[in-house]
Amino acid sequence: MASAVLTDRRWIARGVERASTSRFALWLAPWVAMLAVGIYATGLCLYYGLNQTNMDNRFAFGLWIFLDLSVIALGAGAFFTGFLVYILGRTDLKPILNAAVVLGFICYSGAVAVLMVDVGQPLRAWFTFWHPNTHSMLTEVTFCISCYLLVLALEYVPVLLRNRRLRKEPSAAVFEYRLHHLVPVLAGVGTFLSFFHQGSLGGLYGVLRGRPFAFREGFSVWPSTFFLFVLSAIAAGPSFLILVTATVEKLTGRPQVPRELLQRLGFLSGVLLGAYVAAKSIDTMIWLNVTTPSMGFAPWEYYAYPPFGSALLFIEIILFGLVPAGLLIYPKTARNRRWLLTGAALACCGILLNRFVLTVQTLALPTLAFDEFLHYTPSWQEVATFGALIAYGVIVFSLSYRYLPLFGQEKQEAANVSGR
Amino acid sequence: MKTRYGMVIDVDRCTGCGACMVACAAENNVPPGSPRVTPRTGITPMLVHKVSNGADGEGRREAFLPVTCMQCEHETPCVSVCPQQAVQLDPATGIVMQMPQRCLGCRYCMTACPYHARYFNWWDPAWPQGMEKSLNPGVAVRMRGVVEKCNLCHARLHAAQEKAAAAGKREINPHDYVPACVEACPTRAITFGNLADEKDPASQAARSPEAFRLLARLGTEPKVYYRSTRPWVRALAEPDTGRKEVQHG
Repeated sequence: MASAVLTDRRWIARGVERASTSRFALWLAPWVAMLAVGIYATGLCLYYGLNQTNMDNRFAFGLWIFLDLSVIALGAGAFFTGFLVYILGRTDLKPILNAAVVLGFICYSGAVAVLMVDVGQPLRAWFTFWHPNTHSMLTEVTFCISCYLLVLALEYVPVLLRNRRLRKEPSAAVFEYRLHHLVPVLAGVGTFLSFFHQGSLGGLYGVLRGRPFAFREGFSVWPSTFFLFVLSAIAAGPSFLILVTATVEKLTGRPQVPRELLQRLGFLSGVLLGAYVAAKSIDTMIWLNVTTPSMGFAPWEYYAYPPFGSALLFIEIILFGLVPAGLLIYPKTARNRRWLLTGAALACCGILLNRFVLTVQTLALPTLAFDEFLHYTPSWQEVATFGALIAYGVIVFSLSYRYLPLFGQEKQEAANVSGR
Repeated sequence: MKTRYGMVIDVDRCTGCGACMVACAAENNVPPGSPRVTPRTGITPMLVHKVSNGADGEGRREAFLPVTCMQCEHETPCVSVCPQQAVQLDPATGIVMQMPQRCLGCRYCMTACPYHARYFNWWDPAWPQGMEKSLNPGVAVRMRGVVEKCNLCHARLHAAQEKAAAAGKREINPHDYVPACVEACPTRAITFGNLADEKDPASQAARSPEAFRLLARLGTEPKVYYRSTRPWVRALAEPDTGRKEVQHG
């Protein structure tokens, strides 16, 4: 009787292998502890205010904005995979689609939660919908992220309803069937919304005329960073999906998707990354030689403040851009799992560095002639909140993997392994 | 007549006494800083910077540079970024208005401002017992979690407009509207007025060959001017000509 209570076997799909309940609980325990500490830190920030952080009037954005921009870029695999499967008809990527949706949902819901802590008056968030400033990139971000989170939730529900126990409920099965028909439409809507909010997140800094390190010229109302962010997000999203899938395979000791699928995703990621590196290089040249000098700033001076030397630019474009693009595109390295994962990891690092440079370096650099270079170290509350987002992601993904069909060909892959 | 309020700060006259900062805080109900406040978390809508020519020894020269909201007229960086229209450029006066009651506290405007003239309320406003009696009844105190900045003592403009209306006039008497910092300066280093009126002393001072604006090349048309006869001070206008040492007052 006791074992019947403590086991969750009835919730796990037939034909798939999962860790024992106690082992799974043991895996979750540290993440739950991390989440609890983060929730406590978040509570402090909400109750006592943002004086619990190390942000200040000069470093008005800190770790959390860097985190939000990064997480949303890494979560781009969800909309991009949906776009490839349902709009471009790349059904070969379908086995990984559910995992991409769950990953996207985690990234976006986590980012929105952190954003709510990051604002001084979270209860006024609805003001943006009531008094929207249509000229603000942040308005576009708010609208698109809110709507897209709803789309992701709607895409997540059918995956949720395919749980072994829930499927036994006739109403749930009917609901799942109906929702399933909506998924292609949702994929289209998600692509549209994601294009704009990924871009707007880039535009957020690109429009800052008062911050020449970030300011970019562009097309119409959109600065070049708008397009660079879209391109970099759809390049990094699939790479992050590869890394997460490989991590699941490593932890479980079982293949989850066909090896060629990861290679195809890697190739896509590499091609897009290559295009991004080319666009980013052109953009940087224009910025260095035209945009910044015309505003009275010496661009190379931005790189005179350690640790933000010109090496950062090299690392971002070459080491985290050109190198992973080559590793992911070149067939010989793409076929080698170690190189494939190295390429995917470098691509993700490139996105993190790009978001870091744009958010943190922009604010650290002086603008006025008598300004000083600024330093900022996040407080433990900021770090713990960051940690809570990671813990939340791991917990939701672990639970989803355990109880839901995240990888469409898991059973076939398992059968292939046992047949060998 | 078109009105564009602005000011000209004579750097050569500024002694760095800080009276403008104190007057600003008192007029606008800026609360005393929390015990944990730092130079970067305090609220100083008017902030006097101590700057130097970067030389050492006998060649060293220093000056004081009061920095406040520059009331940018063109492509005002903070106005366009605010997601909920809590910042607006008043078309009638040219004053960049902040509405703390509508502010979300996202601090995007602070990131956008190249002059670092915007301040976040990191703490709940609190005054020592008895000190609340000194609060200005014409200015609302701001709550924790919202941004504020210099609005050229807008409450004083309201008072001047009410006085003019009571007298049956449409235009205010310029002497009735003087921001607190201008009024408090013991050396009369700050000239305030209508920059759109060529006869206004502020407008005339702004057109002096010794006048300059900070980061004018950004193209935001700030309405706060500075004046100095010293070339090294004027060089502070742009970062590529005047990167110098600084201490915050």
